[in-house]
Amino acid sequence: MTETLDRTITVAVAGNPNSGKTTIFNALTGARQHVGNYPGVTVEWKEGTVSRGDWRLKLYDLPGTYSLTAFSDEELVARDFLLNHKPDVVLDVVDASNLERNLFLTTELLEIGLPVVVVLNMSDVAADNGLRIDANLLARRLGVPVVPAVGNRGRGLDDVIAAVTRVAISGTSLPGPADICREAGPATEALVQVATPGGAWRVDYGPVIEPFLARVCALLPGEDAARWRAVKLLERDPAVLEEIHDPEVRREILRIADEFAAAGLEEAPDTVLASRRYAFISRLCDGVLKQVRRNGPTISDRIDRWTMHPVWGVPIFLALMYGVFTLTFGLGNPIMDLIDRGFTALGGLINGFWPAGSESPLRSLLVDGVIGGVGGVIVFLPNIVLLFLAIAILEGTGYMARAAFVMDRFMSKVGLHGKSFIPLLIGFGCTVPAIMATRTLESRRDRLITIMVLPLMSCGARLPIYALMIPAFFPARWHGPVLWIIYVTGIVLALVGARLLRATLFKGENTPFVMELPPYRMPTPHSLLVQMWTRAWLYLKKAGTVILGAAVILWFLTFYPKPPSDYVVPAGFDRTAIGSETHFGDLTDPAQIQSAELSYSIAGRVGRVLETVLRPVGFDWRIGTALVGAVAAKEVFVAQMGIVFSVGEVDETSEVLRTRLRERYSPLVGFCIMLFTLISTPCIATFAITRQETGSIRWALAQNFGLTLLAWIVTFIVFHGGLLLGLGGA
Amino acid sequence: MMPLSKVREGTRTVLKAIDGGHELRGRLAALGLLPGTELEVIRNSGHGPFVVAVKGSRVVIGRGMAAKIEVEQEAS
Repeated sequence: MTETLDRTITVAVAGNPNSGKTTIFNALTGARQHVGNYPGVTVEWKEGTVSRGDWRLKLYDLPGTYSLTAFSDEELVARDFLLNHKPDVVLDVVDASNLERNLFLTTELLEIGLPVVVVLNMSDVAADNGLRIDANLLARRLGVPVVPAVGNRGRGLDDVIAAVTRVAISGTSLPGPADICREAGPATEALVQVATPGGAWRVDYGPVIEPFLARVCALLPGEDAARWRAVKLLERDPAVLEEIHDPEVRREILRIADEFAAAGLEEAPDTVLASRRYAFISRLCDGVLKQVRRNGPTISDRIDRWTMHPVWGVPIFLALMYGVFTLTFGLGNPIMDLIDRGFTALGGLINGFWPAGSESPLRSLLVDGVIGGVGGVIVFLPNIVLLFLAIAILEGTGYMARAAFVMDRFMSKVGLHGKSFIPLLIGFGCTVPAIMATRTLESRRDRLITIMVLPLMSCGARLPIYALMIPAFFPARWHGPVLWIIYVTGIVLALVGARLLRATLFKGENTPFVMELPPYRMPTPHSLLVQMWTRAWLYLKKAGTVILGAAVILWFLTFYPKPPSDYVVPAGFDRTAIGSETHFGDLTDPAQIQSAELSYSIAGRVGRVLETVLRPVGFDWRIGTALVGAVAAKEVFVAQMGIVFSVGEVDETSEVLRTRLRERYSPLVGFCIMLFTLISTPCIATFAITRQETGSIRWALAQNFGLTLLAWIVTFIVFHGGLLLGLGGA
Repeated sequence: MMPLSKVREGTRTVLKAIDGGHELRGRLAALGLLPGTELEVIRNSGHGPFVVAVKGSRVVIGRGMAAKIEVEQEAS
């Protein structure tokens, strides 16, 4: 037998949030998956493959949704894929312990006419809750295979794959479509068995609604999923309506919808249709679902008494957040230092191939550009891996929903979701993983607002700047308070900024805060590791390449062009050491050479141009030049200042640099430098990750310009306010 | 009838009406919250969101939204 058949089956994995969909997906595909964003929206999107014998299953993990309405990006993405990409099979993951609610989506999938395989997940939890489910009877009534499984124990997965393959080969679901559960009679086995070969599977909406549906269906000849579309059109679903291109037909449909709304229904049309669907499901479940034993409060309820307690909920949340922070940065930073040292050593090793003091551009490109750049990418990895492990645990156990509940009281006051708190907190460590952590937010609006204000949470890389400046300009008893003022300024600006964004750019009714509270679960180590790894890989692949490229460009900007020997070192350039008319060729001190080179480079020139813009906030070209370097990473500001002031590449503890700073700037300017570096232009890694996570460079640019403008305004006010108060004296 | 926001913890009620737009009704319906549905208030601490039990699951509802949901206490 010759095999020329395409043996790839595309499988869409659909299901409610918390149905264990991701666990099933991870268990099936293992680490063979890609995470990305669905084109154009901030919806996470996963693909994976499984091979069984000759067959290759290509799985697409659709976002978790309760229905296929058009209220969120997630639902639209799921809908778009199901209707337009035509998967061979839809694997519908259903939470067995919550059957009726989960079947709501199932009936929609069947109404569209998709070949469905139902996975009855967490059948063990259902049994523990005293529920007995007759999977065979359910399969007969639905007319599709129903496979019991326990995703987190890997049970039933082979049956799932077998069912999927079988449905894909036969092209239809088993055992043939059935016309069941008529409005008129009780759901009896006899009625259920009435199959209508060739006819579509249907929910019976009853004598009032059906004629309207038939009229709309008649207007959609030859359309896919006509009945499902007709239901959506009676609900006036905007996205489905948009797909009706003929204005004549559209008007007619709207007329029918109006007539339907005025037909003396007991509720609004959408409510009536949803009620009918639930009534149908309820009949469907009659005899399938048996409550064999009633339980008292579940273990989850008992844990919730503490975690959601009006008083204790907050300290428990804060303690867990402290744990997340400690895990991410406490454990991550020593590894980060190790990586940093490794790359420095590697740089030194490569340096050794050239004679001492060599001016080879290749050496500089390799050591300062490439190795520096790769190091700059890898250095974030420990934080990202550990943070996503922590988040995977919080989500996997079900605590994340409780955290949102506890924090909603506070966060809703600034127009943010309860879950926004976690990324904001992580932002104190590093903005890059924090922006990735906004993936836990469901609404695009909440996510964008959080991403936009996140750089205002003072990250760890700004700390060296404060550590340099504060002791340089302020007496010891002021160190703590000044640092506190800087951090609080960031927090206040972030909260006010979020409120303003909500009131302007992201105007509109708040997304209704409704959220399912999943029962607590023990996530499998496998699932945790897969989630952690896919995120880390996504960071390396997407953000890493941008960060690396930007690092090389910034290297070029700060090293080139090289000054000619007759270059007149700028006036005011460390007059004490050199005469006012010094040529570059006369310099001997390496620190002075480095400084003159920087002033001649593109970065130095940009710095001087920036002076005109920065003078109103009290900054000169030296600060401007260092700010250009700080775009690579905030802490680079310190080293750049060292070079500008001819003291070489020093760290934040350099007393020599502090003395030079004191000679030139007043404490007011010192404070303004800290304010400006806090608020302005996030580092290039933040830019890259914002671009990736929002799916558009526009948001990254808006963030950059917005924050820089804000920095300028705030610093301007502080600087001139300070001058008026007589704080300008050095 | 009274708004859900006035219902005390541990009370069983039946949902009567939702005073909200298409989106609110749709979201609640997808979670199983429809007129005629039985729901039990699991948590109402006087401020912050609500927790109700509906069709075997626990659902958190914002306080603002709970004011828009009319319920009737179930005869015990």
